[in-house]
Amino acid sequence: MSDIVEKTLTALPGLFLQNQPGGGPAAAKASFSSRLGSLVRSITALTSKHEEEKLIQQELSSLKATVSAPTTTLKMMKECMVRLIYCEMLGYDASFGYIHAIKLAQQGNLLEKRVVMAILSPMLWSKELKNMGQSYSFVFREIVRRKAVLALYKFHLIAPNQVQHIHIKFRKALCDRDVGVMAASLHIYLRMIKENSSGYKDLTGSFVTILKQVVGGKLPVEFNYHSVPAPWLQIQLLRILGLLGKDDQRTSELMYDVLDESLRRAELNHNVTYAILFECVHTVYSIYPKSELLEKAAKCIGKFVLSPKINLKYLGLKALTYVIQQDPTLALQHQMTIIECLDHPDPIIKRETLELLYRITNAQNITVIVQKMLEYLHQSKEEYVIVNLVGKIAELAEKYAPDNAWFIQTMNAVFSVGGDVMHPDIPNNFLRLLAEGFDDETEDQQLRLYAVQSYLTLLDMENVFYPQRFLQVMSWVLGEYSYLLDKETPEEVIAKLCKLLMNDSVSSETKAWLIAAVTKLTPQAHSSNTVERLIHEFTISLDTCMRQHAFELKHLHENVELMKSLLPVDRSCEDLVVDASLSFLDGFVAEGLSQGAAPYKPHHQRQEEKLSQEKVLNFEPYGLSFSSSGFTGRQSPAGISLGSDISGNSAETGLKETNSLKLEGIKKLWGKEGYLPKKESKTGDESGALPIPQESIMENADQAITKKDQSQVLTQSKEEKEKQLLASSLFVGLGSESTINLLGKADTVSHKFRRKSKVKEAKSGETTSTHNMTCSSFSSLSNVAYEDDYYLSTVHNRGDKELKKFSLNSELLDSESLTELPLVEKFSYCSLSTPSLFANNNMEIFHPPQSTAASVAKESSLASSFLEETTEYIPSNAMEVCNNETISVSSYKIWKDDCLLMVWSVTNKSGLKFKSADLEIFPAENFKVTEQPGCCLPVMEAESTKSFQYSVQIEKPFTEGNLTGFISYHMMDTHSAQLEFSVNLSLLDFIRPLKISSEDFGKLWLSFANDVKQNLKMSESQAALPSVLKTLQQKLRLHIIEIIGNEGLLACQLLPSIPCLLHCRVHADVLALWFRSSCSTLPDYLLYQCQKVMEGC
Amino acid sequence: MIKAILIFNNHGKPRLSKFYQPYSEDTQQQIIRETFHLVSKRDENVCNFLEGGLLIGGSDNKLIYRHYATLYFVFCVDSSESELGILDLIQVFVETLDKCFENVCELDLIFHVDKVHNILAEMVMGGMVLETNMNEIVTQIDAQNKLEKSELYLQHLWGSRKEGGRTKTSLLQAGLAGAPARAVSAVKNMNLPEIPRNINIGDISIKVPNLPSFK
Repeated sequence: MSDIVEKTLTALPGLFLQNQPGGGPAAAKASFSSRLGSLVRSITALTSKHEEEKLIQQELSSLKATVSAPTTTLKMMKECMVRLIYCEMLGYDASFGYIHAIKLAQQGNLLEKRVVMAILSPMLWSKELKNMGQSYSFVFREIVRRKAVLALYKFHLIAPNQVQHIHIKFRKALCDRDVGVMAASLHIYLRMIKENSSGYKDLTGSFVTILKQVVGGKLPVEFNYHSVPAPWLQIQLLRILGLLGKDDQRTSELMYDVLDESLRRAELNHNVTYAILFECVHTVYSIYPKSELLEKAAKCIGKFVLSPKINLKYLGLKALTYVIQQDPTLALQHQMTIIECLDHPDPIIKRETLELLYRITNAQNITVIVQKMLEYLHQSKEEYVIVNLVGKIAELAEKYAPDNAWFIQTMNAVFSVGGDVMHPDIPNNFLRLLAEGFDDETEDQQLRLYAVQSYLTLLDMENVFYPQRFLQVMSWVLGEYSYLLDKETPEEVIAKLCKLLMNDSVSSETKAWLIAAVTKLTPQAHSSNTVERLIHEFTISLDTCMRQHAFELKHLHENVELMKSLLPVDRSCEDLVVDASLSFLDGFVAEGLSQGAAPYKPHHQRQEEKLSQEKVLNFEPYGLSFSSSGFTGRQSPAGISLGSDISGNSAETGLKETNSLKLEGIKKLWGKEGYLPKKESKTGDESGALPIPQESIMENADQAITKKDQSQVLTQSKEEKEKQLLASSLFVGLGSESTINLLGKADTVSHKFRRKSKVKEAKSGETTSTHNMTCSSFSSLSNVAYEDDYYLSTVHNRGDKELKKFSLNSELLDSESLTELPLVEKFSYCSLSTPSLFANNNMEIFHPPQSTAASVAKESSLASSFLEETTEYIPSNAMEVCNNETISVSSYKIWKDDCLLMVWSVTNKSGLKFKSADLEIFPAENFKVTEQPGCCLPVMEAESTKSFQYSVQIEKPFTEGNLTGFISYHMMDTHSAQLEFSVNLSLLDFIRPLKISSEDFGKLWLSFANDVKQNLKMSESQAALPSVLKTLQQKLRLHIIEIIGNEGLLACQLLPSIPCLLHCRVHADVLALWFRSSCSTLPDYLLYQCQKVMEGC
Repeated sequence: MIKAILIFNNHGKPRLSKFYQPYSEDTQQQIIRETFHLVSKRDENVCNFLEGGLLIGGSDNKLIYRHYATLYFVFCVDSSESELGILDLIQVFVETLDKCFENVCELDLIFHVDKVHNILAEMVMGGMVLETNMNEIVTQIDAQNKLEKSELYLQHLWGSRKEGGRTKTSLLQAGLAGAPARAVSAVKNMNLPEIPRNINIGDISIKVPNLPSFK
């Protein structure tokens, strides 16, 4: 490495020599330059890394002494710095020099400053600089200020918390009179808006004005680039607008004009105008749609796609890919260009085209598209391209496969090309699909049979090497489904597997799969010569794992009946009943205890005890504690209910299980296949009997289109014709031609191999259903209405008008559809699948602890008067907070996802008319109260109820807080009055469930530093873990992530977004709670709430 | 954000590498190698964009490059940058280099790598585009060069005075006494209004008494 460094360093001595004044003393010059030179020379002369280390350490310590000595002159300092850089570049820690470098920067001249910059650049990544951000001020000249803004941005990236207070300065920078400073601030805003667009909606107006001025040519001429005003600035602004206007009609409306102007102004005369145009199109399609703009943007895309310039073509394809989901007809317009791009010599263009095709894939064009993808796959060599493409092909194949043969062959190609680089989910999903099957049992069998046959043929080929993963898939399938074969006997299959086993190129992991397959096939085989030979071979294998498998096989082989019962045919999907509590060992344990053995302590308990003795921080609690429950952890979520059942009658199941437990080794084998999730009950499977009646209609349409196309191209050349044919097969099922099928769309495009609805969904459905009980009348009603309208709209749909229709509907419908709208939009045109949309529609509705069905009914009339958006949440009981003879004020809490919404409803009891009524909230220490629009109502009708809405955000955790305010009103007779009130808020009002997966939990858990542990004694009645968790879920709004044996993982967040994780374990009647959070006080408060809840019930 | 700016020649010899994200020395070398590998095998008449290699972050990042004579200019950017915009930025960068070096060639980049870095620093800061106006960049660079020269001149003056003081040779008394005066006149003649705007003038006047030669 050092020679590379030496080369890069050739410039440095020059820089530093340059610094020597011409008439300087020759001696001094020599001593300065030679020090670095001699260092470099001596290092290159060294022979070992060890010697180099030693030398550098010496050098560093001498440097350390020199730089801190007060007598060191500036020149010497500079020389030291150069040597420091050298050491740093060699990879040694010279951080002690940083501060000296900064000092030097303050006193030195320009050259010295440059040396310092060189040494500081590696340090910029360290966080030490973050505090320096505060010293930047905004009073310098433009260029300095511009740089300062960018520096602030950097600090913001490194440590967002440190620079909270300078957000106001960003705003100042945005309004700066210097364009450069303003442009620099856009970097910051682009980033921050990307993270959280809702917080900066108020700035939309400013951005629009700026863009208007830029586009209108109001900037000085020196900002022009090829006579385009500040193109980079425009690009930035357009991006920001796109982010701001996303899914937000009101904000989008603000920018329609300026976008229109940008599109108009961008005359195509230079590359950079295309850049602006591209951003413009992107923005138009990101924001809330407007048909005129969309039309213009579509035209622009056409210009891109048809451009002879290859860069523009690439961008055109990119734009198409982006747009295609909203407007598939556009792809039809450019189909010929797309076909040409498929055969383009540039692989990048090809890949972009494939990406585009991937987006428009449906059941009819799948074969052509996947074929194209496979062609590309065979050509490409880069790993990430293969990984990416293989994943896409597998996904498409699974979704739209037209028949079994095609599916298996495609997957074979995927496995043999993607091999060992592909995502492990692909083979797992494939096996799961095979094992679980789909709707039709005979179909399933055929698919399996075909798979088995194709694998046997593949294995027959000589001198072909398959990736290990593919071999694993093969061995599993052969082991499970060889029984379906008519011709080949199990012996033949075993012989083939054995041949593979003897092969040296097969990894030991694959060998384990192979021998598992052999084991499964052995009971079906009649003669067992090969098996015996195999056993003989591997019982002396050096690989202990293989040896164990061989021994297991050997012993099983001696008892064929047992083997048959143990390895039944086609049962891979059935649950293995595992006695997680190992209760069948109770007798053994009791005996052991009676003989004086120490009682068993779980792993984590031992760990805790050890820790408490050692007083050492435990950095990986989960890595350790889970290992003890690893076995049960394997269970899929479906096992949860099962697990709890077992704990109830463990003795019984334990007895049943003793048989199989003798054969523990084999169970491990099963453990691998047990990876496949358990089959769940079929009752919840709404997709079970999905017919595909539209198939024939679709095909007819397909043919019709093909014919039409063909008739058009009769006169064209043969090559053209081929392309046309390809086009017609690629773009079938897109756009307006196929609108006949739109009604049935949902069915036809639904996954061919629809998996049985996921266990998780079923589970969440279960848990939410209890919550939904009280509000079901609410949601189901609106749901029905929504569904009706939805279907109506689908009938009327015509291609690109679709989105507009949705927006129309959304205006008509109640607020619930409003929240659904983005979801709907996201669904691509060609994969609209209505049933699944509603199947996934698990509306989370918070159920306030104190509210009951009756109260909801009572409130419903009141609720209807709330502003629209509140209707989806159920308000709490009305609480009268104050009243007098004329008015009464009651308050509701609405637990919204992102804040607490307080609603004060003022009822006018007198017959008089109010002139005005105002509600004001006193600022409170812990809360941030924001008024929601539509709060102040000028005239209150007599005897009517008016409501005021405030959203409340919490600023720091607390247990109980008070929100006080007053209402002032004017009566008609100029009589004005005031009424004070106060409302109690608890921390719980700001806790929301945090939905994360167990893996995320594990990661988060390790990253949080603040933890609180506490053991709670429970009463007898609540001793079971599920009931405890249920209580916590209901009362504290915690989200249950997973239950593992007697441990439970829960998570919640304090609004706006402070997560808190809870790990609880039930041991006898003690509940051990363990909180962790990024906030130091939150765990304590939550623990307090938990205690309260547990005492309460 | 721009992740890295790389310049290498047709044979893959790096001429400039600037990373705006922390990578270890080894990774940087690998990134350069990988990028060269990706870029060099592309024909002349294909598009200037391609997906970044695995090291620099996979398909989230794009490589945008231009090929000028013997040199490849490669910008590695993330999704928040506009491709065509960056393409023009490369053009601006090269044109600026051309202006500063007067008909720039590969050798200029080799022998004046510090200057190239300075020019780049005027255009891109911390991975963000700072200035895209060529004239403005050239002005800044010129101003820096001027300042550098004047500082050198000052140092030269002080240096000769020091030499005279220490060696105590038979220099004329007038010469000895004249040195500070010459320095002062040099400061005066520096034509302060022309000193670049971004440099704090006060700095210089403070610095003079601090010069080591006074010790």
